[in-house]
Amino acid sequence: MTEDKKELVSDSKKASFIPPVRIFKASNFRMLGGPLIGLVVLLIVFSLMSPYFLTAQNLSNLLQQVAILGIMAAGATLVILIAGIDLSVAAVMALTLMFSAWLYESLQLPFILALAAGLALGAAIGAINGMLTAYAKIQPFVATLATMSICLGLSLLITNGNTINGFPTWFSEAASADIWLIPLQAILMFAIFGFLSLWLKFRPTGRALYAIGGNEEVARLSGLNVRLIKTLVYAIAGGLAGVAGWLNMATLDSAQPTAAGSYLLNVIAVVVIGGASLSGGAGTMGSTLLGLFVVGVINNGMSFSGISPNAKPVVIGVIIILAVLADRKTAAAN
Amino acid sequence: MRTESSLVCEGLTKSFGGISVVDSVNLTIPSGKVVGLIGENGAGKSTWSSMVAGIHRPNSGRMLLDGVEYAPESPADALHNGVALIQQEIRMALNLSVAENIFLGRLPMRRGRVNKDEINERSADALKMLGVSIDPRRTVRGLSTAVQQTIEIAKAILREPRYVIFDEPSASLTATETDRVLHQIAVLKDSGAGVVFISHRLDEVRQISSKILCMRDGKVAKEWETGAVPTEELVQAMVGRDFTFAHKKPVAASEKIVLEVKNLKREGVFRDISFSVREGEILGIAGLVGAGRTEVVRAIAGAEKADSGDIFVDGMLVKIKSPSSAINAGIFMVPEDRKTQGLNLAQTSPINIASPWERVLRKKGIVTPSWLRNLAQESTKDFGIRGSLELPTLRLSGGNQQKVLLAKWLAGAPKILILDEPTRGVDVGAKIAIYEIIRQVAAKGVAVVVVSSELEEVLGLSHRVLVMSRGRQQTILDRGKATSQTVMNFAVGLSSESLK
Repeated sequence: MTEDKKELVSDSKKASFIPPVRIFKASNFRMLGGPLIGLVVLLIVFSLMSPYFLTAQNLSNLLQQVAILGIMAAGATLVILIAGIDLSVAAVMALTLMFSAWLYESLQLPFILALAAGLALGAAIGAINGMLTAYAKIQPFVATLATMSICLGLSLLITNGNTINGFPTWFSEAASADIWLIPLQAILMFAIFGFLSLWLKFRPTGRALYAIGGNEEVARLSGLNVRLIKTLVYAIAGGLAGVAGWLNMATLDSAQPTAAGSYLLNVIAVVVIGGASLSGGAGTMGSTLLGLFVVGVINNGMSFSGISPNAKPVVIGVIIILAVLADRKTAAAN
Repeated sequence: MRTESSLVCEGLTKSFGGISVVDSVNLTIPSGKVVGLIGENGAGKSTWSSMVAGIHRPNSGRMLLDGVEYAPESPADALHNGVALIQQEIRMALNLSVAENIFLGRLPMRRGRVNKDEINERSADALKMLGVSIDPRRTVRGLSTAVQQTIEIAKAILREPRYVIFDEPSASLTATETDRVLHQIAVLKDSGAGVVFISHRLDEVRQISSKILCMRDGKVAKEWETGAVPTEELVQAMVGRDFTFAHKKPVAASEKIVLEVKNLKREGVFRDISFSVREGEILGIAGLVGAGRTEVVRAIAGAEKADSGDIFVDGMLVKIKSPSSAINAGIFMVPEDRKTQGLNLAQTSPINIASPWERVLRKKGIVTPSWLRNLAQESTKDFGIRGSLELPTLRLSGGNQQKVLLAKWLAGAPKILILDEPTRGVDVGAKIAIYEIIRQVAAKGVAVVVVSSELEEVLGLSHRVLVMSRGRQQTILDRGKATSQTVMNFAVGLSSESLK
């Protein structure tokens, strides 16, 4: 079968049709190129601006500062990989932590159980997002916009806008604990990133996300249960929002209904700056981690610069534009 | 030929990323004549035509339009100069009317509003001249590919072009529709325009051309000053070597029935479909575009649900409600459109090939790059796929993409393999290779179903041919009894086609 066919196929022109492309061993490295350079530049700039920036203590603070954002961004990455979007991620975080706090304070539920219930709620809302998107065929933007609104409202309704305090001391102590200057929160974040990264790269269901994000119909015809997988992905994102809620509660040592804050924008910024495409099928946990540090370094470094903290979102916005443009140039060069 | 009245290309060269796709091409398109342009996929025909039509700028060389230097900056510029390109993929504004599409970009105004009377009248005239009667006021949405193509041609004609290039106009048309397009080309030619007819349908090229050019590897390999060139000679020039189109008689099938379909029906689409396929048999499904062939096989393969009817595999009833249930039953389908249904173009060949099998073969384990590579290398060797395994399949030629798609489904050892238009948009060399693959798959005992609009292909490959027309099964013919004539008679039925 082989020899004859090779004769028949006139293919010298096929080979000539393909431009010579130098592929690095880990082709992800190519994609990281832009943001990585950006990060290095930022590190240099800020360390020149202030001697306190590049100290062990500050870097430890930096890790602490990005942990919550990072965990939410991990979930967001998965959703963006399948060409979806989850606008409710921060609102879910706020709702789950309010829910946990309320269970603990008003219903006297054991604290660990309350935390677990919060996580379960997050996953459940995520699953609802998934089903609205995959089964009811509502556009992800619209569906998660709706759940975002619902969750924000519920967060306020639970306590009529009041904060809940009085959690076990070990909780807030764990939040500020560290091992060799690496905060526990950051260790948790790295563990999540590591696990998801391996899942995405090596396990069939993880790899299926790339198939779905690349071409959903092809994935469906290839036998993947696309709707179920999509629901699962949104549920994971919701669950991770719940985990972020734990950290948020622990760090502030209180449950605040306004916890959602401006997290949403930063979450999406992190994923996009890292290089993932909003149209799906491209991006890795590594790229999001990189985007996370770019945003984290900007927020952290600017504190030393004397510029008003109000300027931070402005800078982030500019970086998003630069990152996307740089990414397109790298892609074109390939 | 007077050089004042022709489109001349001298030393036209175009490179992409260092590879020259069109290499120093010299050719002349005389006005008032049809020039056939043939060549395999990747020979440079589309790139050449894109330069003439202003889509790409040549790297070197020049063009002369009726003796005057011609270097279009854009498609609009080319149109302005009287050069039109009818592309293979027609993109119309579906929500606008036929007339609005025809005059898109240059809607005549009257007192601040679009002059609908004028566009409707002129559109109706143009369409009538082309042999099609549709109301120019209706929206384009819902019109068949063939009609949309006619609208596109009307659009070009109304520009009164001096030169028109047709890129694969009959690729997705039935025989009747093709005749109409060929007639339309004749109309254009008679009006004095110079026409270039790019096509893989060599019979059609011979039929209407008074000059044939063959491109190979970016150069003009051969020119004939007549259309009456034997097919073998054309094919030889295209591929640079000898072979025939003659289909070998397929290896006899066994008696064992593997697939049985009974009374399959989908409301409004098809009904009373019943047939069986044996081990090692190739069943061809022929019919006109719109007969429901693709819909039937999609129902069998789980891509869409049938409303009623039964499917039996190896004598056992199976419930097909999704692609995965079909795959589990051993029914695999190679879909019609490899770009939107078959392959994840952004990903490499190994990933595409392994995609349906990762969960099955690696349920408890992990998918490693080496496992992927092994899987892909086997297939690449077996099917003669050319093109680096590291590149996204987007970069492969049509023929190689189709082979990757075949490899994807054959990697899973099907019981029943359905192929929908397996050689659409594929060059001659790859076509022959794919036919051989299909025959070998059947010889190994797989029950094969081939849906195809190319009569020659269906007749050549199949043991038996099922002919569909308007959602109904008309007959099943044995290979010996199936000729172009008989099949076409069944496919057309007794009523004429209406277009409204």
